[in-house]
Amino acid sequence: MKATDTPPVVTVKEPAPVSKAPAPGDKEKSSEGKVLNVFSHGVLIIWAILVVMPLLWAIMASFKTDDSILSTPWALPDKLHFENWSRAWSQAHMSDYFLNTILVVGGSLIGTLLLGSMAAYVLARFDFPGNRFVYYMFIGGMSFPIILALVPLFFVMNNMGLLNTRHGLILVYIAYSLPFTVFFLTSFFRTLPSSVAEAAMLDGASHTRTFFQVMLPMAKPGLISVGIFNFLGQWNQYLLPTVLNTDPKYRVLSQGLVELANGQGYKGDWSGLFAGLVMAMLPVLAAYIIFQRQVVAGLTAGAVK
Amino acid sequence: MQHGKYRFIVGFLVVPLVLYAVFVIWPFIQAIYYSFTDWTGLSPDFKMVGFDNYTRMLKDDIFWKSLQHSVLLVLLLPLVTLGLALFFAFMLNVGGRRRKNAAVSGVRGSSFYKIAYFFPQVLSIVIVALLFQFAFNPRSGMLNSALEGIGLGSIQPDWLGDPSLALVCVMSVLIWSTVGFFVVLFSAGMASIPKDFYEAALLDGASRVTTFFKITLPLLWDTVQSGWVYMGILALGVEAFTAVQVMTVGPGGPDYATTVLPLYVYQTAFRDGQAGYATTIGVGLLIITMAFAAIVMRLGRRERLEF
Repeated sequence: MKATDTPPVVTVKEPAPVSKAPAPGDKEKSSEGKVLNVFSHGVLIIWAILVVMPLLWAIMASFKTDDSILSTPWALPDKLHFENWSRAWSQAHMSDYFLNTILVVGGSLIGTLLLGSMAAYVLARFDFPGNRFVYYMFIGGMSFPIILALVPLFFVMNNMGLLNTRHGLILVYIAYSLPFTVFFLTSFFRTLPSSVAEAAMLDGASHTRTFFQVMLPMAKPGLISVGIFNFLGQWNQYLLPTVLNTDPKYRVLSQGLVELANGQGYKGDWSGLFAGLVMAMLPVLAAYIIFQRQVVAGLTAGAVK
Repeated sequence: MQHGKYRFIVGFLVVPLVLYAVFVIWPFIQAIYYSFTDWTGLSPDFKMVGFDNYTRMLKDDIFWKSLQHSVLLVLLLPLVTLGLALFFAFMLNVGGRRRKNAAVSGVRGSSFYKIAYFFPQVLSIVIVALLFQFAFNPRSGMLNSALEGIGLGSIQPDWLGDPSLALVCVMSVLIWSTVGFFVVLFSAGMASIPKDFYEAALLDGASRVTTFFKITLPLLWDTVQSGWVYMGILALGVEAFTAVQVMTVGPGGPDYATTVLPLYVYQTAFRDGQAGYATTIGVGLLIITMAFAAIVMRLGRRERLEF
């Protein structure tokens, strides 16, 4: 369906029916507006239902018994079966997956923001030979397919003894988050006024001190945007941990869920799986509803420029 | 001011650069090198085989099948996703009842629609794929039981198990999860177009469809174009890989019906133990990604409109 499919608009415009009398000279336009309004609401509501329905359905299923999920998928739960949730949390190791994800993403996020802003600051505000080269080397990483690097990366990690460790995963997450982070923050640091930094330097602050005490606080809005972007990207990461982190002890959420789903194919604990899915969805859902404006700004910031 | 400048620059750049070089740049360079070897990935021994892997790739049926699916995704995903998003965004911003002194206005509750539409974007593609895997379940999934519920019980497609439907199902999931992002993005773009443009056009008797094609689309073209590149990379990259790997069964769907290039790279390397050949297919994927971005940029080049 494309934007050309708007037949009601076209058909109604021709005869221009006069039912009630709107503002004079405006009859045609006004009725077009009305039909369009009904039509657009209709279409928009249908898509809203398509988006919300699967999510509500999963929440509902997480409170039902396996039997009723399979036999009456659309029925409401007979009562709220919270035991699905506790079973998923403890027996299906969702608690471990959560902990691993929080540790890995927490470490990566701090590292990404710190290292990304340091590199971006230098690249944005200092002239030195090779500045452009380093910048484009970082930016180039955005367009490479990760999957190509994955095979050699596996062996690089293996040789360094970083395979199946949390800190290894953190380092890789940081490295793959740098291209966009540096790209975004470089243009952000360029927009900041240089007079403040110069004043600090005149007062005797070192470059390092100027960066941490003056520039970094000024860059807070940019750091929040790019931080949200990286948080979601790293929280939802699947490919990197699947390849580089095969020890069940260190599984992150996405891996754990796939594992749960594959395992459930045989055991048939559907309600447990749905409880796990909803559990994994909740933190992101909550963060999105609370920080809705920042999340949207953070995610769309990169696409516009 | 100059004192200690270079020491500072080096100090600040060295850690990020080393990390980036070791985990990103170096593996990429190695990948291109390995693509000329017969390395299995299991033992440290390998020898150079020249272009053998590349000739093998050109004769490989599964490679062509994966390529075909990837190209199909690259062509269709952006078209449908961006088309839908433009349509919804236009409805949100122009579809409203006319108010006083305003030629065009958004529908009531447009901010609610934007919040709801955007939500799938923040969800992990793994969660989305698992959710839909169950929705598509032929026996007790959401879709087939809904069909039964409205009296169409005789139509019970096997969705993900049907080779002719499976790829469409995967595509619809990717569309479902990305449309909202572009609705928000395009809405922001449309909101910044001055209202008098529409006013003037509507006074001249232009219909809303005309205003869309003559005003909205040209002024949004830059955003549409970067969206096009973004969707293409998504279709050739990790998202497509994850959706196919999680949702469809076996080696890339029934009878390879949904296999895509990144999935084939992954399987060749980590399932079949042919690391050298896998990187060759990876290089093929890299070339296609670059070519795609270059083509879109070139086709999309238009006179820039300022307002």
